[in-house]
Amino acid sequence: MIRRVGITITYLVFLVFLIIPLGKVFTSAVSLGTAGFWNALTRPEALHAFLVSAIIVAIVTVLNTLFGVLLALLLVRETAISRRLRHLLNSIVDLPFAVSPIIGGLMILLLLGPHTALGTFFEAQGVKIVFALPGMVLATLFVTFPLMVREVMPVLQEVGTQQEEAAYTLGANGWRTFWRVTWPSIRWGVLYGVVLTIARSIGEFGAVLVVSGNIINKTQTATTLVYQQVENFNYVAANSIALVLAALSIVILLLLEWAKKRKEVF
Amino acid sequence: MIVKHVWLKRTVQSTVLVYFLLLIVVPILGVYVQGLSEGWTKFADSVIQPIAWDAVLRTLQLAVIATLINTVFGTLIAWVLVRYRFPGRRILNSLVDLPFALPTAVGGLMILLLLGPQSWLGSFAKSHNIEIVYQQPAIVIAMIFVTFPFVIRTIQPLLEELDPAEEEASYTLGASRSGTFWKVIFPAMRPGVIGGAMLAFSRALAEFGAVVLVAGNIPGKTLVASVQIYGNVESYNPTGAAAVSVVLLTLSFLVLWSVNLLTARRDER
Amino acid sequence: MQIEVRNLKKDFGQFAAVQNVSFDIEPGKLIGLLGPSGGGKTTILRMLAGLEKPTSGEILFHGKNVNHLPPQERGIGFVFQNYALFKHMNVFDNIAFGLTVQKKTKREIQERVYEMIELIGLKGLAERYPHQLSGGQRQRVAFARALAPSPELLLLDEPFAAIDAKVRKELRTWLREMISRVGVTSIFVTHDQEEAVEVADEIMIINSGRLEQKGTPWQVYKEPQTPFVASFLGESNILPDTASITGFEAATFRLRDKSRAKTANILIRPESIEVGREHEISNPAAASIGLVKSVQFRGTLWQVEVEVGHHRLLAHRTLEKETLKPGDEVAVLIHSLHLFHEDESLFLENEIKRASSAAI
Repeated sequence: MIRRVGITITYLVFLVFLIIPLGKVFTSAVSLGTAGFWNALTRPEALHAFLVSAIIVAIVTVLNTLFGVLLALLLVRETAISRRLRHLLNSIVDLPFAVSPIIGGLMILLLLGPHTALGTFFEAQGVKIVFALPGMVLATLFVTFPLMVREVMPVLQEVGTQQEEAAYTLGANGWRTFWRVTWPSIRWGVLYGVVLTIARSIGEFGAVLVVSGNIINKTQTATTLVYQQVENFNYVAANSIALVLAALSIVILLLLEWAKKRKEVF
Repeated sequence: MIVKHVWLKRTVQSTVLVYFLLLIVVPILGVYVQGLSEGWTKFADSVIQPIAWDAVLRTLQLAVIATLINTVFGTLIAWVLVRYRFPGRRILNSLVDLPFALPTAVGGLMILLLLGPQSWLGSFAKSHNIEIVYQQPAIVIAMIFVTFPFVIRTIQPLLEELDPAEEEASYTLGASRSGTFWKVIFPAMRPGVIGGAMLAFSRALAEFGAVVLVAGNIPGKTLVASVQIYGNVESYNPTGAAAVSVVLLTLSFLVLWSVNLLTARRDER
Repeated sequence: MQIEVRNLKKDFGQFAAVQNVSFDIEPGKLIGLLGPSGGGKTTILRMLAGLEKPTSGEILFHGKNVNHLPPQERGIGFVFQNYALFKHMNVFDNIAFGLTVQKKTKREIQERVYEMIELIGLKGLAERYPHQLSGGQRQRVAFARALAPSPELLLLDEPFAAIDAKVRKELRTWLREMISRVGVTSIFVTHDQEEAVEVADEIMIINSGRLEQKGTPWQVYKEPQTPFVASFLGESNILPDTASITGFEAATFRLRDKSRAKTANILIRPESIEVGREHEISNPAAASIGLVKSVQFRGTLWQVEVEVGHHRLLAHRTLEKETLKPGDEVAVLIHSLHLFHEDESLFLENEIKRASSAAI
């Protein structure tokens, strides 16, 4: 009895909050025929927006993976740093989770915006940060930072140090030990973190909107384009891009499931 | 361990720490500095001015409602997904993460399409004189959508870890099913319920993308704090934006800090 | 490899894990580090390996200080308590790991690995992954992996701790034979005295970060230098004084500092106590009178608890002799005992027995 009610409610909640809305994006996007859909996607500003998103995703994923793994290694393995300090650093890692993306963007504006000391300095060097790609990358890096660290840390803790020590006593240096011993045990965790980072950097909206200025054909990303089209009541165009993004999310969900399974095996 | 190229190791480590500090700590401090840069009174003025203050209060209120709804349904769904085997369970379980994977702007658009004036749900509601989109209910729905996974994902592992023998012991000691649930199972889930709810609350406070699309953003009626900050940024009022941000950030940090305390206490046990 | 350790110390924060330990080890010896858990044995082993940095003190291999050398350059092999096999590599790759680091040719590696697999008796299992092996097999692979690069020193941390009792006995004998065949200097850590006595050429007893005694198992058993060693290795009765023990009345006067003899510790091994009817005892004149309190069957002998004066003693009695019952009055002959006072330790024989045998 309870079981049946529970399952029914679960299905209902999923249906109302997730499945029907998702379906709605699909039906609305194709409601005016595939021609309209295709048209909306191949307009130059749409193509450019996807390109900007792709560039940001690529840069952010590489940097976040590199620094995320290194910081996780440092927080878990480095015993030379006092426990207290590691504990403090560890709690700072989570801060971006608590920061509204809008504030995340605002921070970069306040620090590197046109009227700030740093902003004018970089401007003088001919580097534009805010309302340009570097600022958007920074904003996305901020927002995605905890994802990799939080995936890799528990895996490192679980494998422990013995296999690494075994490699040292067998003559392997730090570099070789990392690639032959540590990496194989954390790679699925890293992959999971990569997928999460990609998902978050495609989807990041608030922070990017603030620092990008949302300039068509320049700093507009796929998500800020959706926003702009909705504001202009151009629902077909908004839907078409949203549909592509939603499809990507589903691919990401599948990837996550797959990575999770691999992670459990090893 | 004894290491050879200590300088190399130290260089890499310092680089990582500097990156970390520059990316995370300095910007957060920057907001506090800017928010309080023109003195305490100016800060208080920016926050207390009716539009801003009203937006903060409304955000808190709506976030509480969204969190409560999410906690109830989230607890139930976590229970169903862990305890029962039924067709479609695995698919539903992976779908839980959809709001994490989906861009929030798309999430907002989804709600707009579902409940907007052109949709049949929207027109049905309108004919009964209920407005959803561009009103407060839409904001709550958007908040529920983006925070959907938190409660479920924090409770699930706790339920999976729970040793069935504990439950069986309770039955052999004569406890009824409901007695066992409230005395044995629920206490095990409780940290997850509270922790998940707090995470959901802090995310709901911070949400921008989904909310900005469905809220209508009318000052005094449907303007939430994050959208208010955005408005300030757009109208070149960084100090005002920073002031409201300081309030919102402090709230979120307090929530995060209590979640950490909670989990630390649980790990100690 | 010849090893010298001088005043080795290791602190973990406030905690002194190893305090002023010094010893020498001759090449080719198999040494057991024995002591209770948490006593610092593993820390000593890890410092020898270079996995832990000494707070102070020196470690010398072949007379050369190796303190600054990382584990990679010490020429050691290390067998970890839980084996620490690389779980994503099969048996072959695990054993080959140290050889590939040495940049050996493919052929050399193959030959050596198959030689090792043959040696540990796991022929045909080269393709298996660690999770497909039993505990004992994993142990052998860990051993082969450590030995494959031909280290000069083999260090083993509780090598048998994770294996069930029956297999453990077999593996012990196997390991001993293996090490003597290879001829590598080896040090292993254990908290099991039976294991240490059975396997090691020499044992070092470590307690609370200090080296209590070093010697062959027989030496350490026969002539313990501290009460801890005496009580840790073998069974023993510990008494505060020798009052009412016939033949040892004047024992404490043999100490250097007679005035403080009250703080001495007396230790008597159950096997050096003879208990029985007066006619059974080899030298009744040297015996005290005691009362049997309890008798317990211990598999190969009787364990008899007797009361002598205000002391309670545990003694052994062979199964062939008549069974004693609680309440029986018996003669208790103590052949010898150990006397400890501060850093002084004495081994004393029953004086009356000695006097009477001298008279004959």
